[in-house]
This record gives sequence, C-alpha cells and structure tokens, in this order.
Amino acid sequence: MTIKSVLVANRGEIAVRIIRAAKALGIRTVQVYSAADADMLAVRLADGAVNIGPPAAKKSYLNIEAVIAAAKAAGVDAVHPGYGFLSENADFADAVAATGMVFIGPSGDAIRLLGDKVAAREVAARAGVPTVPGSGGRISDLSQANEVARRTGFPLMIKAAAGGGGRGIRIVNSLVELDQQFPLASAEAAAAFGDGGLYIEKVISNARHIEVQIFGDGRNFVHFYERECSLQRRRQKVWEEAQAFLLPDDVREKLCASAVALARDVGYRGAGTVEYLYDEQRSEFYFIEVNTRIQVEHPVTEMITGFDLVQEMFKVADGSPLSVTQADIRPRGHAIECRINAEDPFKGFAPAPGQITRLALPDEDGVRFDTMLYEGYTIPPFYDSLLGKLIIWAEDRPKCLAKLARALDGLVIEGVPTTIPLHKALAADAAIARGAFHTRFLEGWLESDFAAARISATEVV
Amino acid sequence: MSKSEIKAPLPGTFYRASSPDLPVFKQDGDDVSAEETIGIIEVMKTFHEVQAGIAGKRITFLVDNEEPIMAGQVIAEVEQ
Repeated sequence: MTIKSVLVANRGEIAVRIIRAAKALGIRTVQVYSAADADMLAVRLADGAVNIGPPAAKKSYLNIEAVIAAAKAAGVDAVHPGYGFLSENADFADAVAATGMVFIGPSGDAIRLLGDKVAAREVAARAGVPTVPGSGGRISDLSQANEVARRTGFPLMIKAAAGGGGRGIRIVNSLVELDQQFPLASAEAAAAFGDGGLYIEKVISNARHIEVQIFGDGRNFVHFYERECSLQRRRQKVWEEAQAFLLPDDVREKLCASAVALARDVGYRGAGTVEYLYDEQRSEFYFIEVNTRIQVEHPVTEMITGFDLVQEMFKVADGSPLSVTQADIRPRGHAIECRINAEDPFKGFAPAPGQITRLALPDEDGVRFDTMLYEGYTIPPFYDSLLGKLIIWAEDRPKCLAKLARALDGLVIEGVPTTIPLHKALAADAAIARGAFHTRFLEGWLESDFAAARISATEVV
Repeated sequence: MSKSEIKAPLPGTFYRASSPDLPVFKQDGDDVSAEETIGIIEVMKTFHEVQAGIAGKRITFLVDNEEPIMAGQVIAEVEQ
C-alpha cells in the first residue's frame, strides 16, 4: 500500500468500522472529532485525533476547510469520508485531491454526475437500466404533462426538479386532478426552490426497495449481489437483508447486471450502491438513484459474500485493481441487519440521548454488532440516533430469524430507550417471516400490529 | 419585580427562529405569554418547539442561536 495513514472524516459506528479496516491493512489512523465527541470510541481506538470544531455538524463534520486543515496538520495520505456528512460532497472530494491526498471514494466529477437526479437518470437510461415511467426530464407545460399521463397512467407524482428528500411532491390520480395540481405545484416549486421546473413519474405501488452493491477500479466492475431494504420508517431504513427474499433468479441476474452496466458506463471507482424500486406483481425493477459511498447496511453483504468492503475501498483507492472477479463472489446463506437506535418505539420514536449504564452483547457464531458504544459513554444529542447495527448470518432465512430472536434477547443496552423491542416484535412477526412486505409496510404495521401488541401486553399486566 | 427562569426541557441545539431566513420568535425585551414559542431545540435530527411556560415581561435570552445546550439549562429569563 502506498497509503500509510488515513484521516477518518466521520464519527459514530462507521468511524470505528473504518479504523478497524485500516488497522487490518497496517494503515495509521487519525480521527477527527467535534467538541461534543472527545470521548467517542473512535477517538480512543485511533492512533491520533484532531479536534475540528464545535458540536454543530456544519461547524465541524460538515466544515470542509476544518477537515482539510486537520488532514494537512496530521500529514495523512488519504481521507475516508464514511457515509453521510461530506461523503457525497463533490467539492470535498475535489478539495482532498487538490491537496495531493487520496479521497477514498469516486472522483468529484463522478459524485457530481450521479448526485444530480436528472443526470443520473439519463446515465441509467443510457446504460439500459429501466427507469420509472414518466417524463424523463423537465416538462414545460400542462399539455405536455397530459401527454405523459396518457402514456404512463395514474397515479402519478408531480415532482419539483429542484426538490429532494421527499419535498415538493404531489400525487394525482386523474387527468382532472393533474389539471388542478400542475399549476399549483409549479408555483410552489418556484416559491420553495426558486425554480418552477417540474417532472412527472408514475407511482409504483407496494414496491420493494432493493439495491445492488457495486464496486469498480475504473476498469473492472463487479457487483456483490443485492440487499432488501423495504422496512423503512419515514424513508429511513430500519432493517435490511441480503439477499433479497423471494426475488426470482432471472430478475436478480438482470438487476445485478444492470447495476454493473451503469458502473461501467461512468468508469466507476470505489464502492457504490444502485437503488431500485421492485414491483413484485410485475417482476419489474426501476432505477431510483446511485449512492457513491459505503452504505450503513454494507455488513449484510459482507456476511453473505465473505469480503471486507471497507478494506477493498482502501485497496482500490490505493490504485490496486479489484482483488476479486465476479466469479469469486458467491453468496452463501442469509443475513439480516437491525438498526438499533436511541429512540423510544413506545413514544413515537422520540430520540433520547443519555449515558449508557450497561452493555451486554450476544455471543454466538454468525452474530456481529457494529457499534460505538461502551459502558459509561454519553450519547450526545447533536447527531443521529444510531447506536449500533446487529447483524446475523445463518444458512437460510428461517434460521437467520431464529438466531436474530436469540441475539436480540442477548443484547442489553441500559441507560437510554432503544429500538430493540421493535426488532424483537418484527423478528417474531408472521408477515416478516413470509417476506410479505414493501416500503409502506412498516408504518402501517406500527399503527396496527405493534400498537395492538403493546395494548394487550399492558392489559395482561 | 422578580426574575423567572425558562429552562431547556431537552438537550440539543437551540434555535431562536424556525429557519435561518425567518425572524426570531422573540426579541430580547419582548413580553411573552406562557403558550408562546420562544425557540426550537434540535435533538438527534428531530425538532421540538419550546414554549415559554410562564408569562412575563422583557425576556432576556441567555443562550445564542445555534448554541449547544443541556437539559435543564436556563435559556432565558423574564420579569414577573
């Protein structure tokens, strides 16, 4: 390796994960931290640490100048951005490269291209990846909108071209509604985003969220199969699996091949994820977006393939060709990841920072807990609520669910409320066991099954 | 005339306005009613409005916009 040292430009469990991968490769680690994070586990594990500013993320972990200054001061060869924060910021990737350091991820240009929703959709279409039926790009007026609607059918989403994160979306069920809503949506988009541009997409009802892990070194491109991430609350993933349950083999083959075609089209370098909506009734999948970073849920892929994706990121960033060919990657067994958050599932998932007074981990083969917790650690209120990820591997999905139930019983986190009770209920649920879920499943289930189970438990007491 | 304290119900980041482009909920020196919102606390990426809780005159903020705060910390004082 020419990379001898790395700045970990992140926090929490992913910073710990990156440090472990770097240590396995003999790379010296320097951890950045905000004033609120001086006690975090990654600071304790790293070879060095640099304070980059006050607690507010925009003054520390999102502050490009502060992170670049820390990297220069530490004299590191490379910067690993993790996920979130600056990981998909093209200007940050460029700034790292401009100082002569290695950004562990794709180039700034690749991040810019794939981060633009309309441009990424065009790349996907060019690579032969199916996209959600719709206008394909901006539409200028109502007559054009009507034309698209006649072609795709209803329900349709009217989306603001400059929107994002679920903002600026209206759903319409008929031509009459389209006529009413189109001008309103345009005025709203102009007011909210300074750009009245709209585009239209068909709503894919009861779809599953399935994504493909891709990897490239700029010349060679592989996939590490798919993950199923349909269990979401407020568009945040809660539970992920690999491989996707009940996905027909021919669909899987096409899905994974399309993701590799997209990676090849842009000469992708590093780890990435191509996200899709999968319409189970029609056995059709549609491109959503590309994430140009390591994902929170990458461990389920590691568990079924046996490869360390974070170590592979370092190797590829170092200039080595991919250490694996497609034929080397053979999925085995089944893996499930549960996101354990500091939130109270019985009180509307209210987040609760605080001190961890007791921590006990399950001890069984095929059980992994990626975390930044230790007894006595105080979780600060300034960042997200993820405490750790419980990852289970077994020969098949029924065994995996049974092992998950045992592991959840063995996982004890005291001092703050956690989402462990939610995962216990999911692990015991018949619909989950059948694999009968889609992206809207969990929110309904929380209202009906989870709330009902709690009321009956209270009555018994 | 005595001074009464308004304390933070939660730890997190304190904001004096609901968005950076909007005016603050209350200026120093304003009078407040018990139900009035005087700020927002961000905890783990969720936002909670803070009501004054008590009616009073001439509010004085002791915490700046975007400042980190602890639960129970005094955010402001009013005269009663």
